[in-house]
Amino acid sequence: MFRALHRWAGLAAALLLIIVSLTGVILSFFPLLSADRTGARLDAGALVAAVQENVQGAQQIRVDDNGVVTVSAFGDTGFQQLRIDPASGDVLGPVQSGGLELWFENLHRNLFLSDTGQMAVLIASVAMVALMLSGFALAARRLGGWRKLFARDRGEGAGGLHLKIARIAGLGLIVSAFTGVWMGLATLGLIPDPSPMAPFPSEISTQTTSPADELAGLTAIPGDTLRSVNLPSQGMSGQAYEVETDAGAGFVDPVTGEMLSWADRSGWSRAMDVIHLLHTGQGASLLGLLLGLMALSVPVLSGSGLLIWLGGRSRQGKRLPNTPAEAADVILLVGSEGGTTWRFAHAFARSLSDVGKTTHLAEMNDFTPAQYKRAQSIVLFAATYGDGDAPESAREFLEALADMETPPAAPLSVLGFGDSTFPAFCAYADTVTRAAEAKGWALLLDTHHVDRQAPRDFAKWGTEFAAASGFALGDVSTALTRRPTRSLTLVSKKLYGETAQAPTAVLRFALPKQTLLGRLMKRDFTAFEAGDLLNVIPEGDDSPRSYSLASGSKDGFVEICVRKAPGGLASGQLCALNPGDTIAAYTTPNAQFHAPEGDAPLVLIGAGAGIGALAGMIRGNTRKRETHLFFGMRSRAGGIPFEIEFEDWADNGQLSDLVLALSRSETPRYVQHALQDEVAKLRDLIRRGAHVMICGGRDMGDGVRAVFEDILAPLGLSVRHLEEEGRYAVDVF
Amino acid sequence: MKLMTPILAATTALTAPAIANAAEITLDTQLQNYGGERAYLAYYLTDADGTYVRHLWIASGKSRWWQHLRNWYAATDGAASEIAGLSGASVGSGRSLKVTVEVEDALINAGYQIHVDTAVEHMADVADDVVVPLDQASAGQTVSGRGFIASFTFDM
Repeated sequence: MFRALHRWAGLAAALLLIIVSLTGVILSFFPLLSADRTGARLDAGALVAAVQENVQGAQQIRVDDNGVVTVSAFGDTGFQQLRIDPASGDVLGPVQSGGLELWFENLHRNLFLSDTGQMAVLIASVAMVALMLSGFALAARRLGGWRKLFARDRGEGAGGLHLKIARIAGLGLIVSAFTGVWMGLATLGLIPDPSPMAPFPSEISTQTTSPADELAGLTAIPGDTLRSVNLPSQGMSGQAYEVETDAGAGFVDPVTGEMLSWADRSGWSRAMDVIHLLHTGQGASLLGLLLGLMALSVPVLSGSGLLIWLGGRSRQGKRLPNTPAEAADVILLVGSEGGTTWRFAHAFARSLSDVGKTTHLAEMNDFTPAQYKRAQSIVLFAATYGDGDAPESAREFLEALADMETPPAAPLSVLGFGDSTFPAFCAYADTVTRAAEAKGWALLLDTHHVDRQAPRDFAKWGTEFAAASGFALGDVSTALTRRPTRSLTLVSKKLYGETAQAPTAVLRFALPKQTLLGRLMKRDFTAFEAGDLLNVIPEGDDSPRSYSLASGSKDGFVEICVRKAPGGLASGQLCALNPGDTIAAYTTPNAQFHAPEGDAPLVLIGAGAGIGALAGMIRGNTRKRETHLFFGMRSRAGGIPFEIEFEDWADNGQLSDLVLALSRSETPRYVQHALQDEVAKLRDLIRRGAHVMICGGRDMGDGVRAVFEDILAPLGLSVRHLEEEGRYAVDVF
Repeated sequence: MKLMTPILAATTALTAPAIANAAEITLDTQLQNYGGERAYLAYYLTDADGTYVRHLWIASGKSRWWQHLRNWYAATDGAASEIAGLSGASVGSGRSLKVTVEVEDALINAGYQIHVDTAVEHMADVADDVVVPLDQASAGQTVSGRGFIASFTFDM
């Protein structure tokens, strides 16, 4: 519900909100420029006396919310407005016309469309309040609860930017939008905003008037609480001073100085004072400027929100006709938050269609087991949200499952989708599996997990599902809608390794040309970093293979390090490339494995082809922060990837030192052993806040983790601690 | 506030908007060239003591700003029953306004006064910009206002 509210309120109001917010930013500067910060202000009596002396025909003195004092006078020369020094009562000069400010104010309030425009702005502001509240609810869910609302988020691209900016600026936007709605409603008369009105005095003295600075009713009003005084016409008797202050309004006798009548400012009026102050910054110009600058985020939030929405739509791909639940061979239910899991569901439905099976595709929230009469198989694709929570489209599933009397005859399969860098990886899919088993529902096969949308994981599950169900499915990942790829041309290739059959290759491709628009749109290959992934589509297979990038877009080329796997399709093709040959590829961000910002030392640990991403980070270490590399290879025979570069980087300070561990040498050892030999040094580095980054095979990753637990335990730390601080990052394959 | 005599009130209630035994009065107002937003003007009658008797005309935009027509608003509270359709658009700087209203014969030459309150946003509120007696001697005589009104004349 929050997502739908957020989406439609955003789309409907975006353009208006951009206009209103940008004019709001501009308006927020005016109070800062015009505010009067005079400290020692004359009291009302002294001010009136000075004005009556200095300004002929003075009719009304006003003190605006910025503390600026003006007097309106109807003298011999007609109407004039003058600025008055609050400390002396002297005339400072004529009032400057605020034409520019008024122009922006009218655009901000009603788009120059009077009441219609004002109503439109009001509705957009209500939408803004709804957007902020639903947005915070979504953010809290995504981050695992309201208390984690300001926790670190690893989101990338438009979604990450949207969440980052919204969490900083959101509170300010709520204040601005809510107070704006209040003021709009007051202008329309829907919220009362009564000025205090004292009853007209029944008796006013008509004797000779006293000087204003001798009237107790006026001199008792401090200058900083005065808002306006209406003066009696000069030379006319029987007219009282009408004053308005922060506290209320009243009439002061021009002879006795007595406050003849008084009305306190009402609660509504006081509330409006606070609202007005918060919204305009008039009276608190720095706060106003701060809120105004937060409004700058609105165009960015609108744009990134639109990109998220468009991205979500295009990911869903082309759809098959949906078969009704009662008639379908396979019931496929999807629990997804942002829409990415639907891409896999559509692919699976297409694969089933290819082998003549009909599918009913629906949200997990639409779980209606009584209708699945013809179904041969029931499949759940369940993503996980936050700390193991149900995603949006599965929110009601567990309750419906609990209410089910008897499980359907068709067996259940569950496939979990998630990100293994989060602690609760696929936790919701596992919860669902246990709940179904507890209900006595037969499982067709064990629950599998798809990590970060890896087509490989999906293909593996598809194969097992085909075997268990008897459906003659091929590779289900080939039905996934393809990401658009770019063609990369090989520039250079270096082969390493003791045998020609299983070499490790460092491949460098030219950076694809980009248009300016492409750069602005951050299209693929315009902004990648070492540690991100290059996804290569091999010939003869649609499923992309991912390799860590050993370069960033700033380096001006695309480099990867590939180990030729025995019988490997993609790695074989890559290692056989010659300069001038091309491949089809796209990048995906992998923000959790970027070189961290800051000056803390880096400990880089890699084995085999995993050296690529780490070498890329050292290449990018132009600021020469302390960087230690532990590198495991089989042997020196056939050379070591990046060996020449490592020497250069060590010479110029980009690499502090390199420890090599060779597993096939006279003294064979793995990189884990090299770490154990350097325990004291590593402990010192950890104490100094070092970040640890590990790239290589999964076994190496596990081994290194075990060594680090031993290194950290005496420090009262654990790998988990470091991970939570963002100081231990792993990228294994 | 002193109320109208019951007879007058009853007459008004029964015959409004066309009043029996009434005279047509034309109010002709020329504003100063003060160079600001459009002015709001409220025309009304008081007795000789300044006690509100009856609304004549209001030239304004949103009723939200009526409270700036100070004396008129203090007496009427902006009540719709008082205004009863006797209203029109606000008047720009340097422009004039000519409206004709009906006033009971009993109020003419009887010590009653025409008052005009004016107000301009961002500038000033002027209660009693003009005060003239509602009698034959004053009719047709041009007077100056003390605020935004440059000149005011009424004819009957």
